[in-house]
Amino acid sequence: MNAIPGRIAPAPLLSVEGLTKWYGHVLGCRDVAFDLRPGEVLGIVGESGSGKTTLLNCISGKLTPTSGEVRFDTRRFGLTDIYRLSEPDRRRMQREEWGFVHQNPRDGLRMRVSGGANVAEPLMNLGARHYGKMRQSTIDWLDRVELDTRRIDDKPRNFSGGMQQRIQVARNLIHGPRLVFMDEPTGGLDVSVQARLLDLLRELVRDLGLAVIIVTHDMAVARLMADRLMVMKGGEVVETGLTDQVLDDPQHPYTQLLVSSVLQI
Amino acid sequence: MSTPVPARANAPERYYNYAYLDEQTKRMIRRSILKALAIPGYQVPFGSREMPVPYGWGTGGIQLTAAIIGPDDVYKCIDQGADDTTNAVSIRRFFANVADVATTEDTGEATIIQTRHRIPEKPLKAGQVLIYQVPQPEPLRGLEARETETRAMHAYEEYGLQYVSLYENISAYGRIAATAGYPVMVEERYLMSPSPIPKFDNPKMAQNEAVMLFGAGREKRIYAVPPFTRVRSLDFEDYPFETQTWEETCALCGAKDSYLDEVILDDAGDKMFVCSDSHHCAERRAAGHVGPMAGHTLDQDAALQEPAQ
Repeated sequence: MNAIPGRIAPAPLLSVEGLTKWYGHVLGCRDVAFDLRPGEVLGIVGESGSGKTTLLNCISGKLTPTSGEVRFDTRRFGLTDIYRLSEPDRRRMQREEWGFVHQNPRDGLRMRVSGGANVAEPLMNLGARHYGKMRQSTIDWLDRVELDTRRIDDKPRNFSGGMQQRIQVARNLIHGPRLVFMDEPTGGLDVSVQARLLDLLRELVRDLGLAVIIVTHDMAVARLMADRLMVMKGGEVVETGLTDQVLDDPQHPYTQLLVSSVLQI
Repeated sequence: MSTPVPARANAPERYYNYAYLDEQTKRMIRRSILKALAIPGYQVPFGSREMPVPYGWGTGGIQLTAAIIGPDDVYKCIDQGADDTTNAVSIRRFFANVADVATTEDTGEATIIQTRHRIPEKPLKAGQVLIYQVPQPEPLRGLEARETETRAMHAYEEYGLQYVSLYENISAYGRIAATAGYPVMVEERYLMSPSPIPKFDNPKMAQNEAVMLFGAGREKRIYAVPPFTRVRSLDFEDYPFETQTWEETCALCGAKDSYLDEVILDDAGDKMFVCSDSHHCAERRAAGHVGPMAGHTLDQDAALQEPAQ
């Protein structure tokens, strides 16, 4: 990046060091290290089984790594290893400062309650107790993710896959997180829906200045969303760099293979 | 001819142990009760036993009663407020049989009151124990199926999720339409299901003089609200908690402030409202209160002569 002389780079929002996860004797990911700064979008690409999701789960506090540190710049404790926080503190930090968009909306939404309640839930988890205000910000957010606000009380199952994903996005942004994890957010959607959702995500991320870690096997998604890319293979990071640099001039043989195997029309 | 005196329940020739459960089981349940009283609203797991009634018929409440009852107790059992419903009668008879206790319908006279779906209208006093039969002790279960997760939510006081159900209620009905099993906060710490009592009864739990014990036999949980405990029903700032009200009065005793059941009288749409607390209603009638439909003596001959449809 073109560092302006005399300007100090902002402190990292997230700093991962020596992150390793073994499932017994099977390797999940090994010795991953990177920094993420506020407002930065990091893409993690690689084929199935390359350790992308393991890495994402470790970073997002869902899966305790075998070794290594995940330090996050928490509002209440400063830059801290999230696995050193007590469980209630960690859960609270996750609720307050993070969002997680799952590939399958069924994993990220409560299917038994309405879309509106799904979007408002993070507010209630953070202590909002005024129905009218929550209702209003839910409507605002449904509007923002380009959903019909008249359908606010429909159950998620009555929405299409793309719309469910939009509800999930609204639910994960309404509480003003600083870091959002996305696991294949456009997987399982058809191409035109995927394109519109990507457009929306890109806009929101830029507007809100969010830091995002996005896992995908889709090079096009990576190209559109990510500032920086990490390429994984067999549990290890084989190449990192700016997105355009990695995709236009891949150095590692595996990255070259990955880039060249994208289908062209 | 004199009726033979039955052997006392703890006499050696009796088949059952006193109060049905064996002493070790009662000891285990008593320990759980003490823990539950020490942590108001916290669900204490216990080794629920097979009881001679099916799950859902009050196995949790019966085990609690069996663990605390003694020969000097006076036992009352109500179902939906009434003393004379099948389940209440048979549970009352069960304890009269296995625990040799006096039974009563009088709320004021009873020392142990086992209940399903109601808190008696007459305020409870110190020294009384109210035992609730609980089908589902976990108020969060409808929204979160994982027990590991709900336990963590209780441990860390993460109760935002419960408000989602209230939110759903308002968005669907324009008000908090939940009427029974309305969730409460106990001592501003534990979220608790009050068992399926109408929310009309929720305010009676706050600062109550009596000991309130809750038993869920199938779910194997005991919890408690000790005397003089804060109990607050959840609500939103702009949708405060409200209890049910009726425009009608009790048709038999004319009560304006009791919980009323609606009874359909015929196919023409005639109906009456009566107190669900049968003892409360009877006591009021004995004291001379008269409702709009009271005072008709049943014409038995006419009833018998009515042709069968």
